[in-house]
Amino acid sequence: MKEFKGRIVAPGTVTAEAVVSHVGFNTLASLQGALQFGDKKATCGDQNNPDLHGKELAGKALCLPQTIGSTTGGLVLYCACAMKRQPACMLFSKPIDSLAAAGSILASVWLPEVQMPVIDSLGDDFLNYVQDGMSISIREDGTVCVQ
Amino acid sequence: MYLTDEQQAILNGAKGETMAKVMKTLVMYGETFGADKMVPVTSEYNHLVTSFGLKMMKPVFDLMQQLIDAGAVSAQQFSVDPRPVDPKVPANFIQKLVFNKIMYPTQGMYEEQLEKLGLMNEDAFTCASYLDQVGNKPKKGDILSWAESSAVVYANSVLGARCNRNSGIMDIMGSIAGFVPSFGLLTDEGRKATWIVQVKTTQKPEAQLLGSAIGMKVMEDVPFITGMERWLGTELDENNTAYLKDFGAATASNGAVGLYHIENLTPEAKELGASLVAPGARVYVIDDAELERVKAEYPVMWKNPDAMPKLCFVGCPHMSMQQLKDWTDAVERGLKESGNRKVLIPTVFTTAPGVKKEFEATAYAARLEATGVILSSICPLMYMNNPLCKSMPVMTSSNKLRTYTTARYYTEREILEKITKGGN
Repeated sequence: MKEFKGRIVAPGTVTAEAVVSHVGFNTLASLQGALQFGDKKATCGDQNNPDLHGKELAGKALCLPQTIGSTTGGLVLYCACAMKRQPACMLFSKPIDSLAAAGSILASVWLPEVQMPVIDSLGDDFLNYVQDGMSISIREDGTVCVQ
Repeated sequence: MYLTDEQQAILNGAKGETMAKVMKTLVMYGETFGADKMVPVTSEYNHLVTSFGLKMMKPVFDLMQQLIDAGAVSAQQFSVDPRPVDPKVPANFIQKLVFNKIMYPTQGMYEEQLEKLGLMNEDAFTCASYLDQVGNKPKKGDILSWAESSAVVYANSVLGARCNRNSGIMDIMGSIAGFVPSFGLLTDEGRKATWIVQVKTTQKPEAQLLGSAIGMKVMEDVPFITGMERWLGTELDENNTAYLKDFGAATASNGAVGLYHIENLTPEAKELGASLVAPGARVYVIDDAELERVKAEYPVMWKNPDAMPKLCFVGCPHMSMQQLKDWTDAVERGLKESGNRKVLIPTVFTTAPGVKKEFEATAYAARLEATGVILSSICPLMYMNNPLCKSMPVMTSSNKLRTYTTARYYTEREILEKITKGGN
């Protein structure tokens, strides 16, 4: 087991299975198809993301560097949260980007019943260490435990 | 973050619960990025990214309605991204059914919401709101609360306005409040380049390919680009602004670029030169081989990679007037050379409604129509975002469209060759 410390963007505790993207996570390309056509598992539809394409994202601990792409990204994430198809948590190796932050903040303010802990700035070591299928737990102080 | 008495009062509920939530959203947004204060939005108009009444976006419509019901609407009018459907664009019976009954049945309702929230006019549906014919062109130094990645990068880089890469919904929050948190691309420090990109190609690089290469390399960082003077010169004329529109869209969609500087061309690079480059900036050299490598690595998502294209989109982001005229000339020339009367692949050029109206008042319109090319103001991205298009071989010169859909990217020259002379 290894522990990583980052910054809490959205608080909360959770344990979930990791899915890992080593490239920027394109929120629109990844989630729109799944949300539009009733895929409750939120299967990643981004053809340009070989790490995640075809993998389930709902309820998983999504480990990523940052999100990229369309500025609809934040509202797509907001919709995923409202439809209960969001990842269990989002864990960023880099400082969070403005689109993912917007999605997370909008959900936190306007959908108080939804919980999606977000930790950023976990560092490159985190993304180098974590692999698909590993178990991830977030503690109250934002410590991320990977095993 | 420092808040004025007025801002603090709004946060405390002085203007009602909904406005307090708007303010809380902006404060949290700013605090996440270390903003020290809010700054007034100074542009005349806003631009929103959310133009489509997609059924999946019910949570967004609910939020918009909450804002309308609470009277939390902006004093600023806004343009918005293109509409997702246009009956003129080829679609089979099943596709039309999917568009109208499954994907966009709420389009009419959503457009009514947009009108209540402050839509500029019925022609304000375009991703290229800064085109003269649309009338939403910020001034240098203006502070914006825009979204739409291609518009934000254009406003920052080509117009010298200041805007973060705001998400949809966050765009309207800043406009309603009248101020946005000051961080990132709103600050002098945040506009410094952390990459130097040296372009060393032997011919003028394709805008959307160069933008893609840079976007994928620098991601969200700011690049300072050298070596373009021999291809673009030093003036932001109509050809160059169209080139930069397409280039920027690719940097923003293939990566997350919100601002670029081009040596001796873009306003801040002209004013401040190499002082815009931050200490320790990394270097990325782009030559012919690098562009070839990038293009060759694009995945081909067609079921049959050798299929004959069934549809071609040019104009993501929307084409400028000059681009429409140049393409009309080029398509006519290509058809003349091949001896064909009309394009061999159904082809759609997309542009802003205001540009379309102006273009249709010129002699070019009849000439373009005679080639068989369809002119539309649709959003190709929204057209393509359905499972039926996955099995449809669509080609495009847009690297943005390639990134988000199964459309296959070709250079403009290749597109022209295929639509006028055939071949898959």
